[in-house]
Amino acid sequence: MKRLLMAMLFIGANALAQHDPLRPSASFEQEPKTAPMVNAENNDRKRVRSYAMQPPTIPHKTDNYQVDKNANKCMSCHARTRVGETQATPISITHYQDRDGTFLADVSPRRYFCEQCHVVQMQAEPVVKNRFRDVESIIKKTK
Amino acid sequence: MRDLLRRYWRTLTTPSKFYSLGFLTIGGFIGGIVFWGGFNTAMEFTNTERFCTTCHEMRDNVYQEIQPTIHFTNRSGVRAVCSDCHVPHEWTYKMARKMQASKEVWGWIFGTINTREKFLAKRKELAGREWERMKANDSRECRNCHEFQAMDFTRQSKRGADAHATQLAKGEKTCIDCHKGIAHRLPDMAGQ
Repeated sequence: MKRLLMAMLFIGANALAQHDPLRPSASFEQEPKTAPMVNAENNDRKRVRSYAMQPPTIPHKTDNYQVDKNANKCMSCHARTRVGETQATPISITHYQDRDGTFLADVSPRRYFCEQCHVVQMQAEPVVKNRFRDVESIIKKTK
Repeated sequence: MRDLLRRYWRTLTTPSKFYSLGFLTIGGFIGGIVFWGGFNTAMEFTNTERFCTTCHEMRDNVYQEIQPTIHFTNRSGVRAVCSDCHVPHEWTYKMARKMQASKEVWGWIFGTINTREKFLAKRKELAGREWERMKANDSRECRNCHEFQAMDFTRQSKRGADAHATQLAKGEKTCIDCHKGIAHRLPDMAGQ
């Protein structure tokens, strides 16, 4: 029984090590090399969206931005009422709707946590490869 | 009681009988230096981070919050401690603030914010007081380090440079108007 348990543990640990792309497999006495930390882009230039519905990426740093019950730092520039002064991109009209399409006075609670969809960008090697292609490039090819 | 006061008054107003004028002036001078030095040293001690964080109210709440921010840890290792932002550097303003701080000693004795819950409930009032102070003195404590004349807009991000070159330059806004909650967590900002 004990031996079986140990074997199961061993296999489990191995499986974990192999299926975690963020943690290259290395034995426990080795310290795996980690990629250096990269700063978020901070150039205030809009990036092209990879597909029409993609939430636009954030072109600036958001270090230590407080988004919680008390305050939403993003909204201090991107709220409808603030963009006149800040010239930031206002949050889209869908962000004022609840799931039934009813318009609300302020940002909808389901849209409140900006960084669930909008993320900062970094100049770093992707950890996981992907074969995504912009639909535009596919259309161009078929023509 | 009256007699006692009168006797002291007489001693104070009559010339010295035993001590020479030289002793009194030089002694007074040296005594003054010692007193002034001691006073300032004690005052400076109450300006240290170590002093502020001896109270758990500061150590467990605001001191924890500043640690991940840029004013505590950053690439060049320049650090702003509590008093750099919360106590004026100029002597007169500093004395005024230190006198106001006696109310904070009162709060400490009677445990106004001695639990996390009490602190959170009072946070808006406490933060509001600091914002008002900064607003009234044109963010003087920020400007002790962040001098407007020394800002290189070309080294700032575009949105930062835009705001600084217009609203800050014209004096329409002061630092604290936009940079609230940069060193500590914000209170409930609904309606702000």
